[in-house]
Amino acid sequence: MAVVDRVQGEAGEEEGVRQPLETAVVRFAGDSGDGVQLTGSLFTLSTALAHHDLTTFPDFPAEIRAPAGTTYGVSAFQIHFGGREIRTIGDRPDVLVALNPAALKVNLDDLRPGTVIILDTGSFTERNLRKAGFTEDPREDGSLDAYRVAAIDISGLTRRAVAHTGLTSREQLRCKNFFALGLVFWMFDRDLGPVIDWTRQKFGRKPALCEANIAALKAGHAFGETAEMPQLPAFRVPPASIEPGLYRAVTGSEAMAYGLLDGARKAGLQMTFCSYPITPASPLLHVLAKLRGYGVTTFQAEDEIAAVCAAIGASYAGALGVTSSSGPGISLKSEAIGLAVMTELPLVVVNTQRAGPSTGMPTKTEQSDLFQALYGRNGDAPVVVLAAASPADCFAMAREAVRIAVRHMTPVILLSDGFLANAAEPWRIPDLDALPAFPARFHTDPEGFAPYARDERLVRPWVRPGTPGLQHRIGGLEKRHETGEVSYDPENHQRMTELRWNKVLKVAEDIPEQELEQGDPGDRICVVGWGSTYGPISRAVTTRRRRGEKVAHLHLRYLWPLPRNLGDLLSGFERILVPEMNKGQLVQLLRSRYLVPAIGLSKVSGRPFGVAELEQALDRLSEECP
Amino acid sequence: MNAPARPLQPKDYASDQEVRWCAGCGDYAVLKAVERVLAEIGADPANTVFVSGIGCAARFPYYVATYGFHGIHGRAPAIATGVKLANPELDVWVIGGDGDMLSIGANHLAHTLRRNVDLTLLLFNNEVYGLTKGQLSPTAPLGSRTPSSPLGSVENPLSACRFALAAGARFVARGIDTQKDLPAILRAAHDHPGTGFVEILQNCIVYNDGAFAEITERAVAAERQVHPVHGEPLLFGAERRKGLRLAADGSGLEVVEIGPDGEGMEEVLRHDRTNLALAGMLAALEPPMPVAIGVIYDNPAPVSYERALRGQEEGERERLGEADLGAMLRQGPVWMVTA
Repeated sequence: MAVVDRVQGEAGEEEGVRQPLETAVVRFAGDSGDGVQLTGSLFTLSTALAHHDLTTFPDFPAEIRAPAGTTYGVSAFQIHFGGREIRTIGDRPDVLVALNPAALKVNLDDLRPGTVIILDTGSFTERNLRKAGFTEDPREDGSLDAYRVAAIDISGLTRRAVAHTGLTSREQLRCKNFFALGLVFWMFDRDLGPVIDWTRQKFGRKPALCEANIAALKAGHAFGETAEMPQLPAFRVPPASIEPGLYRAVTGSEAMAYGLLDGARKAGLQMTFCSYPITPASPLLHVLAKLRGYGVTTFQAEDEIAAVCAAIGASYAGALGVTSSSGPGISLKSEAIGLAVMTELPLVVVNTQRAGPSTGMPTKTEQSDLFQALYGRNGDAPVVVLAAASPADCFAMAREAVRIAVRHMTPVILLSDGFLANAAEPWRIPDLDALPAFPARFHTDPEGFAPYARDERLVRPWVRPGTPGLQHRIGGLEKRHETGEVSYDPENHQRMTELRWNKVLKVAEDIPEQELEQGDPGDRICVVGWGSTYGPISRAVTTRRRRGEKVAHLHLRYLWPLPRNLGDLLSGFERILVPEMNKGQLVQLLRSRYLVPAIGLSKVSGRPFGVAELEQALDRLSEECP
Repeated sequence: MNAPARPLQPKDYASDQEVRWCAGCGDYAVLKAVERVLAEIGADPANTVFVSGIGCAARFPYYVATYGFHGIHGRAPAIATGVKLANPELDVWVIGGDGDMLSIGANHLAHTLRRNVDLTLLLFNNEVYGLTKGQLSPTAPLGSRTPSSPLGSVENPLSACRFALAAGARFVARGIDTQKDLPAILRAAHDHPGTGFVEILQNCIVYNDGAFAEITERAVAAERQVHPVHGEPLLFGAERRKGLRLAADGSGLEVVEIGPDGEGMEEVLRHDRTNLALAGMLAALEPPMPVAIGVIYDNPAPVSYERALRGQEEGERERLGEADLGAMLRQGPVWMVTA
């Protein structure tokens, strides 16, 4: 995958000859005020239009406007694209665009020898070098010798290119991201047209700025064409074979919002979405708040507890109550989730996980709330736990969460994470009308009505207040079986605890059997993942299988109850490796549930697994048990 | 089909559940008052919901023959907000105590009031934690000796009505559990289109008996209570020979004695239920001044919170016309991949 592997000895390319690359990883990095995220999303648009498959990931600082030039103020955007199916954001960049010294500093550790680094030398002032923590200029002390450094005065060239527009010097400099974008467009042989159109639409009301950005974009592109710098290679990446259809790029947050909306629609319910701002979960609230004409009421509550309680109140009143947060907020909601368990109401709780404990690292990803989802409540309080595997998968799993919550009258915790929420990938827009419906049923018949009577799935009736003759009271106190009256009877509590437990277990009869993503039940090793580790595990297993190794990939989307055939499936493998972005939570669940000798692989650096890390773990496993 | 065939009587609103408050608890009187109001307004039990938190008062929903939700400690206003968001047509009452609503759930109370959700919200204030056996509550007077403050409380108490006004409540009233015209106050709160907030001074016979005796005892009631009536002078006392006027130094209200020929009457303030400044001064009155009992403030907002939200959503649906989610997904930056 590394550029260096494929282009060695080709430094003196002839003009017009582009080096072929199957896939490429480009990382844009700069100050949080440099427009890096915009640059990345425009490059993404162009990449999609060039018919590459792709995955993107923004990496921005927790501080909103961190002091300029500092390492903690560096904002980055990575895109992995190419001519085959792209499943990860790419382990390491092939091209790094560093718009200031701090951006170079924080990304150096991720680079391999031979990586192309495009540096804005105009920003390499003594002051900026000092702010970035360089004691010496890295361009001069030999520390960049292993890389192909294209040192270009992007700041100066941008100023010259836009001088005619009448912008102030400061405003001129803010166009330098467009110069860099133009340069990278040249590297990958992209058409400038769509981005110019976009720029005209976006900045149409500010003609000078619009003109300047387009001028900078063209100047960057022209620079690439004419510079003839050997450090600045040009590439040709083939289009991917992609299933025909209409596509759009979605982040996990967007796909989640659309899935919840479609789920509510298919259940025949108005959604009441109640949330409190928290990183990285807030984008879900933002997306839904813009879609209030499509059957959702959004409520920004005064705190996390009010958000979940309002969602429960909404479900009680006959709507679909949904609440969303990240780990710290889910902690605050725990008591109320227990209330939803006791009152047996539908409730969807989305947890966009982040690095913990406590406030942890709000903008960094982790999967360390699995135990919280499974067990984090007082009393025996079982809920259904689901996890999405990719940004686009958030759509399907959000629909599943709604379906299960409504059909089984239970809270469902749907786990996403900071990576899934922010990463984007192309999504073939589904025909929503063709997706199955699962209409909610409300009980209306007063004849023999009992609020805690159960059907064969152990599910109690859902009654909308307003229904004549069915007035009843529910609450957090223990209920008498069937009548729902308050009861402290010891035998009744035993019975109700078991009913609540078995009701959730019975959901296993209503979910698909577990399948292998790759491989066969007879393979030697099974890599078991859940959530956003899907991409890197999938790629690592594909690579191994191409080499003829008997490695399978199993990915869990249903974490409680577990799929009914999972135990049998796992028992067929010699070795089970469970990579997780936590200290080993799923591995413990699988070991205790199925008594299988699963081995964990833990990563809690705030970053997704790299494919290479997984391959190394598979190597170790093979060495230990040849 | 929803309308009852014959007018329901107060007793028709009692559920079949055995009431389990202590004998002599003030809550019984409030329950009777609420049942009377429900009968008066012809409440449809199927369309009425009582929501509560945790505490003695919070058992209330079990005893009313409507829909009911006994929530968790402090969260009743939030649950009730969710009920109204989902179905604004439901008539929702919220019941809680001083610990429920002013301690663990004070945040929800404040925000529900400022949003002005259309609820009738009754705060039973007995200045003590009853269900947990007598600890200090946020409204307990300085010096209160309780199991959790055996040396006497050194905390300043919170005033429920001043809290409500500060939070932006558009209806604030105070009543007494055994007061004859409590139903009229509750009715006014219910009729208010928005959050109708009522603090009910409620006696806890076990842990805080006589907490409000200095206001409610027959011998002192006339001197220690002023019952504001919109448009009427603020008079009190056995012979109604005392009035409230603005203190010359602007510090609040003071008592003016009315002379035999009405001297001083011209200085007595007339109650204006829409006057927020006056409401603040009335709500702040404490013994030895007369305590304001009745509707202190009633100034409806043009629209309640959930109606405003629904209005926005209807506007959005009109703007979108036939457009559905599927059509929305096909708009914006999309691209076609062909075979």
